[in-house]
Amino acid sequence: MSAVTIIYACLFYAATAMLVVGLAAKIAGYARTPAPLTVPTTPAPRTRAGVALRMAREVALFESLFRANKWTWLFGWLFHAALALVLFRHLRYFTEPVWAAVALAQPAGVYAGFAMLAGLAGLWARRFLVERIRYISTWSDHLMLALLVLIALSGLMMKYVSHTDVVAVKAFMLGLMRFDWQPLPADGPLLVHLFLAAALMALFPASKLLHAPGVFFSPTRNQADDSRERRRLAPWAAELEKK
Amino acid sequence: MGAPEFQTPPLKEYPVIPILAKDAMAGSRPYVASEKMNEAIGFPGKLVEGWQARAIAKMGELLGKYRSLKVFLDACVHCGACTDKCQYFLGTGDPKNMPVARQELVRKVYRRYFTFAGKYFPRLVGAEDLTEAVLEDWYRYFNQCSECRRCSVYCPYGIDTAEITMAAKEIMDSVGVGQKYTNEIIGKVHRLGNNLGLPGPALADTLETLEEEIKEDTGADVRLPVNEAGAEVLVITPSADFFAEPHVFSLIGYAKVFHAAGIRWTLSSHASEAGNFGLFIGSYEQMRKIALRIREAALELGVRRIVVGECGHAWRVAYSFWNTLIGPFDFLDPRYPAPQHICELTDDLIRRGAIRLDKEANDARVVTFHDSCNVARGAGMGGIARGQFIIPRRIIQAACNHFHDMAPETIHEATFCCGGGGGLLTDELTELRVKGALPRMEALKAVVDEHGVNFMATICAICKAQFSKVLPYYRFDMSMIGGVHQLVGDAIRLGRND
Repeated sequence: MSAVTIIYACLFYAATAMLVVGLAAKIAGYARTPAPLTVPTTPAPRTRAGVALRMAREVALFESLFRANKWTWLFGWLFHAALALVLFRHLRYFTEPVWAAVALAQPAGVYAGFAMLAGLAGLWARRFLVERIRYISTWSDHLMLALLVLIALSGLMMKYVSHTDVVAVKAFMLGLMRFDWQPLPADGPLLVHLFLAAALMALFPASKLLHAPGVFFSPTRNQADDSRERRRLAPWAAELEKK
Repeated sequence: MGAPEFQTPPLKEYPVIPILAKDAMAGSRPYVASEKMNEAIGFPGKLVEGWQARAIAKMGELLGKYRSLKVFLDACVHCGACTDKCQYFLGTGDPKNMPVARQELVRKVYRRYFTFAGKYFPRLVGAEDLTEAVLEDWYRYFNQCSECRRCSVYCPYGIDTAEITMAAKEIMDSVGVGQKYTNEIIGKVHRLGNNLGLPGPALADTLETLEEEIKEDTGADVRLPVNEAGAEVLVITPSADFFAEPHVFSLIGYAKVFHAAGIRWTLSSHASEAGNFGLFIGSYEQMRKIALRIREAALELGVRRIVVGECGHAWRVAYSFWNTLIGPFDFLDPRYPAPQHICELTDDLIRRGAIRLDKEANDARVVTFHDSCNVARGAGMGGIARGQFIIPRRIIQAACNHFHDMAPETIHEATFCCGGGGGLLTDELTELRVKGALPRMEALKAVVDEHGVNFMATICAICKAQFSKVLPYYRFDMSMIGGVHQLVGDAIRLGRND
């Protein structure tokens, strides 16, 4: 067993643990904190089914962002949709036998890698070119974009520039999942790709990537317009009624 | 009054996103509340010893009480969707009036004390200590947000700057940095029953005078009763309706509607105010305490319905919060929504033919409608989707022959705040108020030029007061602004309906 294999195996266990534990803690925190008042933003659906539909449109189509700014929507949606496809394509490294849908998505998944880069490039360009967005950008905003761009680039490099033994990579991943470690090929682009992906996983619960779980807990989007029919008394607010 | 000189911005043909003008509004600062005002409503009189630790503890407390705050402080990705949506940014160009930048004033402190990244890598993620300079920035810029929630419509995560502004104001109040205009008024509402400090006997006198005026004008015995036990309806309306113009014309309009429909109604001197400034300072407890007066008055007078007059933020509190704050309303008539908006009531009467309007009475008017932010984005009407947009317009069109909406990107949920909401309706903030009204004034100018609009109806006391003040800065006549029930009052048939 090479040192690289051991280091990367440990890295992935640690990153997965940080992602799962960190995210679970954050989500539990959101779920535990009460929403003491009815505050949905118009146009608010009047039923729970309506809320589910609104949330679905928000998550799948970025409805509000579309209303706000067409360029940001275009680049943002392109990036996210492509990322979803790319992640889906990567399931082939974690499943045996590979699911039919995953196999079907393989060719499109490669192009999605380029689409993802295009989206990221557009989003990053805005941080330099649009004065307002330049003003609000922090170092971590740039860092996050750099991280994603490098992950995409190193991934595409393995496909088009210097091939990696993907069969061995898959064996390594399955080995991690089955606690039966297999050697990892020590190729440059692969090691960069995996290291950055692990870094992204670890950073997730401590960064703005929390927008992903956050949107589901956003009271302005997940509440129904039912205030005259339903009291929403938080436990701490109920205490006031006892006084 | 103490406000510095400034230039009224020119009205442009097409809206233009301004170039950033750093610190353009750094001098905008409302008067601080006196020790007496703060203490009267349970806050420390002035900046307390060890304020920094107490402010951070308060932030921690609020993070545990409000999911909105907790999620919103984590979820922002700095995408910039909101950056050109705030009327105060559009009117001033000050980058700290971009919603995301305003939020960052709190978020950078949150990161520093409550997140791993901010504790260990503050420079990287833009985290900052809560210093006196930061507190000063909070005071200036959270008093440049009218809590109108326009940014929240466009945010992909629904982040609502109003929630963050309210949290910042609550934290500031908790360490003794209160704003004079809001805190003084909250004291008054507890002491005297209304925001304007009008005592009970003066209210009764005013209403009597109004009855006489209506009698003179119309010959009808339209009543404006106060504290009448056994009335069917308790009307809760902003106290400006009692004597400010154009507000009072709407009050006359409500009275005529009740008269024509034959509904017994009453006002209450105990709850002679719909406004609830507890909302503006983000204090749940104050909001509840102020709203409780209304429940008490309704029970004491034995009414069967509560109807709320033309007041934007009051309707948000009533529609969205009352049931939670002071409900349940099981003592009211279940056949009517509780609470009910005066527009819901009037619209229903018109549709049932219980009142009749002569549109010709308003033929001299070419009308447009300004959606008030709190009604448009924070409440509903009629139990139907978008009812708060449909119902007031339906009433206007039943009362007038000439109606034209302003540009679609400036109405309905995309409406601009009048520029005076959220506790900013005070003279020392005149520059902010005038500049914040710019986007609305541009949209108004377009319909004035195109359709000859000469009347902008609205259903909010703050909008009416704000526009009365800022319209002249843009060379409009201040009498262009008025209430929906002003139009109703002028068109309604008071005699027999047949």
